[in-house]
Amino acid sequence: MSRWRPDLRDGDATPEALWLRRREFLALGAAGAGALLLARGAAAAEPTGPALPVARRVEKAGGEKPTDWDGVTGYNNFYELGTEKSDPAAHAGSLRTRPWTVRIEGEVKRPQTVAIDDLLRWFPLEERIYRMRCVEAWSMVIPWVGFPLGDLVRRVEPTSKARYVAFQTLLDPDQLPGQRRRVLDWPYVEGLRIDEATHPLALLAVGVYGRALPGQNGAPLRLVVPWKYGFKGAKSIVNISFQEAQPRTTWNLSAPGEYGFYANVNPDVDHPRWSQARERRLGEFLRRKTLPFNGYGDEVASLYAGMDLAKNF
Amino acid sequence: MNAIGKPSTTTTTTTSTTTSTTPAAGARPAPRRARRWPLQGAAIALGLVPLAKIVLDGFAGRLGANPIEMVQDRLGFWTLTFLALSLVPTPARDLLGVTWPVRVRRTVGLLAFAYASLHLVWYVGIDQVGDVGLLVKDVTKRKFMTVGFVAWLALVPLAVTSTNGWVRRLGYVRWKRLHRLVYGAALLGVVHFVWRVKADLRRPSWFAVAVGVLLALRLWPRRARGAPPRERAAS
Repeated sequence: MSRWRPDLRDGDATPEALWLRRREFLALGAAGAGALLLARGAAAAEPTGPALPVARRVEKAGGEKPTDWDGVTGYNNFYELGTEKSDPAAHAGSLRTRPWTVRIEGEVKRPQTVAIDDLLRWFPLEERIYRMRCVEAWSMVIPWVGFPLGDLVRRVEPTSKARYVAFQTLLDPDQLPGQRRRVLDWPYVEGLRIDEATHPLALLAVGVYGRALPGQNGAPLRLVVPWKYGFKGAKSIVNISFQEAQPRTTWNLSAPGEYGFYANVNPDVDHPRWSQARERRLGEFLRRKTLPFNGYGDEVASLYAGMDLAKNF
Repeated sequence: MNAIGKPSTTTTTTTSTTTSTTPAAGARPAPRRARRWPLQGAAIALGLVPLAKIVLDGFAGRLGANPIEMVQDRLGFWTLTFLALSLVPTPARDLLGVTWPVRVRRTVGLLAFAYASLHLVWYVGIDQVGDVGLLVKDVTKRKFMTVGFVAWLALVPLAVTSTNGWVRRLGYVRWKRLHRLVYGAALLGVVHFVWRVKADLRRPSWFAVAVGVLLALRLWPRRARGAPPRERAAS
């Protein structure tokens, strides 16, 4: 301490003019870091895979540009193929999507097992560009190809007892090696109330970017519910079951305090460990505000009239 | 638990023992300094490799679709790695009689602090774009953030007092006692990681086991010749 001698002179101080602009420099630095982070090393890859016939297009993302193919197919949560975001794309090769059948059962007048290629002919395919908000506070815009879930529900004629629909993912640790470890209680199960399932926005997707769904995105058939957090979208579905009781859904069983059955996107109800008020749209630097029901409130809020959404999160 | 007690060299005075365990910041001429520097240099160079990789991957666009999160996670991973590594030298010396790791312990600890600070600065400055208000809210409201922040706070006095001057000023016994804070920081760091993941506890478990074992080894009886009485370093 005693050895310390002042050796700074006035001239060593930052000139006031620069000091006054310090926030600009900080902003510049942040913008530079942002530009660097968003820079692409190579040109974005073009979509690949078998092309699907698309009868019509419905744009439901406010005109926003879809997240590029690399992002949509390279940054996935599909724990059956690994828990890192890049794992599903790396391991999707082990998933065989043909032959593939879907069992439709429970409280329906026409229970059946249908081959995926027959199911694909049941309804005309349409492109639906939706926002996708993950519970982890990131989001994408995805051009799905599929058909309304409601069309399928009506076709198989639920009985009056059918109050819920449950969706089950394939259980096969050889094809889905992530199932060899009990990270979650396999098989993955998700579910909707029947009125949610018949809402025109609820989609069964079979493709993305006009191409057949890649394995990492839940080929050959997955659920897309754009006003709910992404984990509601069960992937690689083998069973659709209509039932009277509310399905016991996988993430809800794993952590009931964190993942509710409804899982409607809600900026006012935080995940216990992080805020849901804002989200990072992949490809953007600044977080943006999360919209109630992921921006689909005008169309879906009436489904939950009178419900306490903080309790039924 | 600390740098003293190096077989065959600890017969010198306390101060020179202290100096010999640290890089030359103290500027006291020590006979073994020349041999220490390559080791320090190697530790620093190796320690900066993960950071260099992050920067290179950033320029090459190899950080995936969510690069901000990727950088955050990698910085956290390396913080925990260096924290765990900083716990290795003491049992290595006390139980195995291997002394060279002790000579880079301070460097490894400072690397852990550097990565922890970058991890925090990245979160506040880039992820939340300087919204310190949000940091305050996060730290007070979310337990996983609280433990992470407290772990970083615990490292601050250790980094500050990592110089030879501070060892002298505090006296070795007090200095050593203070630096046991690193045990708490490492444990909180692991808890921070455990509470961060959604369901897959595999990677946090590696750190939990590593830190747990390294702390437990400190309870093991030391090898006789590497166990000078602690009080000797005082004064």
